[in-house]
Amino acid sequence: MTRKIALWAALFAAAVLLIVLGVANGGARDAMAKAVRICMECIGIG
Amino acid sequence: MDKRLKRPSTRRLIQLYAALLYNAHLRGFAEGQIYTGSLKSVCVPGLNCYSCPGAAFSCPLGALQNAISASADRPAFYVVGVLLLFGLLLGRVICGFLCPFGLIQELLHKIPTKKVKKSPLTRRLSRVKYGVLLVFVIAIPAWYALKDLPLPGFCKFICPAGTLEGAAALLLHPANGALRAAVGGLFWWKVSLLALTLTACVFVYRAFCRFLCPLGALYGLLSKLALLGVKVDAARCTDCGLCVTLCPTDIRRVGDSECVHCGSCIPACPTQAISFRAGKIVLHGPDLPERGLRK
Repeated sequence: MTRKIALWAALFAAAVLLIVLGVANGGARDAMAKAVRICMECIGIG
Repeated sequence: MDKRLKRPSTRRLIQLYAALLYNAHLRGFAEGQIYTGSLKSVCVPGLNCYSCPGAAFSCPLGALQNAISASADRPAFYVVGVLLLFGLLLGRVICGFLCPFGLIQELLHKIPTKKVKKSPLTRRLSRVKYGVLLVFVIAIPAWYALKDLPLPGFCKFICPAGTLEGAAALLLHPANGALRAAVGGLFWWKVSLLALTLTACVFVYRAFCRFLCPLGALYGLLSKLALLGVKVDAARCTDCGLCVTLCPTDIRRVGDSECVHCGSCIPACPTQAISFRAGKIVLHGPDLPERGLRK
């Protein structure tokens, strides 16, 4: 059980770190840049 | 009280609120335009096409594919981190509570017809979604990233949520004649796939969720670690198997990668061993009020 908790905590820390790094390197901005345009592939046109 | 008018369960209400929240940009439906604000940098946990005129946030699958497509320039830290966080906190509780397309599938399944029960075949079919994840969500965008051509494989060739929420809502609006004029073979392929999916959901409980959804596959990989969910108290469990028998999905045990945490098994357990928990905290269980997280 302790190993599971440790694994969960490590992955949680990794997730937070990835999000912080992702925001810093422009990943959130990229996500937004794509989402604010109509996705032609999604609607079956592109 | 008339049975047909019974109050929706807490889970159903949460599903409805989530669908409304994800698609809070109601003006988009009236204007035939998608939301272009900064909230779209935030991914919702469930499947909700960001080209739906009502979508106020980003789709996690679409964002992941696009991030992979652009990974030659920039590692996909943000979306991977967000998906990992969702998986660790909620796992497939997202499927059961926070996915609008999951809600649509469940509502379709309420249409009174003969139903296809789970079987060894459906159990085998439930593995297909991992292939969809690997090929259409990861491999195709990664391959095209090498050619510097962004291609969200799942969105383009499969996603029925995009066809229903994005295409239907946009193309049916009178202001979008130019989009309608651009419709071709790909569109009709996706419409056919959507029709097949929606029809299948009438007869097969959550057919898309169980067999094709790569987001469910992704969250299912983290199911053993997810903080929230339906869990079994091993000390009370007698391995009678009633929970597995009653479950409409292809679980081998409650809370595994196929479990969508609908909670149907909670009142059925003869030893009251099953509850909905956040870690060790019981949020809903056999000792708490009857009306709660059931179907």
